[in-house]
Amino acid sequence: MSDLLTGVVISHGDVAGALVRAVKEITGDDGGLVPISNTGAGRDRLCGDIAAAVGVDSAVVFVDMPGGSCLHATLLELRARSNVAVVAGVNLPMLLDFVFHRDLAPDQAAERAIDAATRSVRALSV
Amino acid sequence: MSIVLTRIDDRLIHGQVVVGWVQALGVKRIVLIDDEVSANAWEQELYSLGVPADLRVDFVSVVDAARAIDGWSEDATKTILLVGDVDTMVRLCERTSVVRKVNLGGLHEGDDRSQRLAYVYLTDEEASRLRGLREQGIEVTAQDVPTARTIPIEALK
Repeated sequence: MSDLLTGVVISHGDVAGALVRAVKEITGDDGGLVPISNTGAGRDRLCGDIAAAVGVDSAVVFVDMPGGSCLHATLLELRARSNVAVVAGVNLPMLLDFVFHRDLAPDQAAERAIDAATRSVRALSV
Repeated sequence: MSIVLTRIDDRLIHGQVVVGWVQALGVKRIVLIDDEVSANAWEQELYSLGVPADLRVDFVSVVDAARAIDGWSEDATKTILLVGDVDTMVRLCERTSVVRKVNLGGLHEGDDRSQRLAYVYLTDEEASRLRGLREQGIEVTAQDVPTARTIPIEALK
C-alpha cells in the first residue's frame, strides 16, 4: 500500500491530459496524477477506466465539471469507497497544491486543493 | 410543438445536452425517460447535479412518458426528451405517435456493437430497429452537437 495519495483527473476532451502535462512542466513531476478522458467512452468504459486508475488505495479524484458524464461515472463507481475524495471544478492551481500534499488524508488534501483553487480565481486590474 | 428534440444518448444528461442543445434551442425542460432512473432517487440526484437552476428536469418511465407526451407537446415549455438506448426509444414510439424525429446523439462501444460514426456504435439489431422506425415515417438522424451536420440513418454503415 502506497503512503502517498493517488490523484486522478477526469475530463471532457484532453483537458485532464493537458492539466497533468502542465503540472509536470511546472513541478518536474506528474505528482502521481493520472488523466482520464471521456472522449469516445460510454458509461461502462469510463467507470472501468476510473476504477483502474484509482485502484484500491487512498485517492483524490478531480472532475472537470460539477455535473455531467465524468462526475456521474465517478460517483457511480466510487460511491462505496471511504478512502476516496471527489472534487469537481478542477483547475491547475488545485492540482499544483495537491501534488505537494499527497501525504494527507483524502478529505484533507481535497479541502486544501479546493481552497487553493478558489483563491486562484480572481479579477485583476489592468 | 414544444418538444424540440427527442434524443438517444447513453450519457443521458451531460455537457453536450445541458450546454450544447439546451442553449442552442432555448430549452427549459429535459424529460429523462428511463425505467431504472425513474425508480432511483440517488441516480436522479446525480443526473440533476450541474443542471442550471432555470432548467427543469423530470424523470419518468416509458409508460408514464407515453401518457404525458401529448401535454409536453402542447404546452409552451421547450422540451428535450432524452433516452439512453434504442430499446427505450422504440418502446416509446410503440406507445405514442407524437415522436416524428429521433436524434442519435451518442451510443458508445458495447458488446456486439460496431462503429457507425465516431459517436455512434450499434449492434445489427439496434440498427435494424432504428431503420424500422424510419419505415414507420419517423425521421432518424445522427447529430451529436447542434453545429454538426445531420446524418440520416440510411447513410450509416
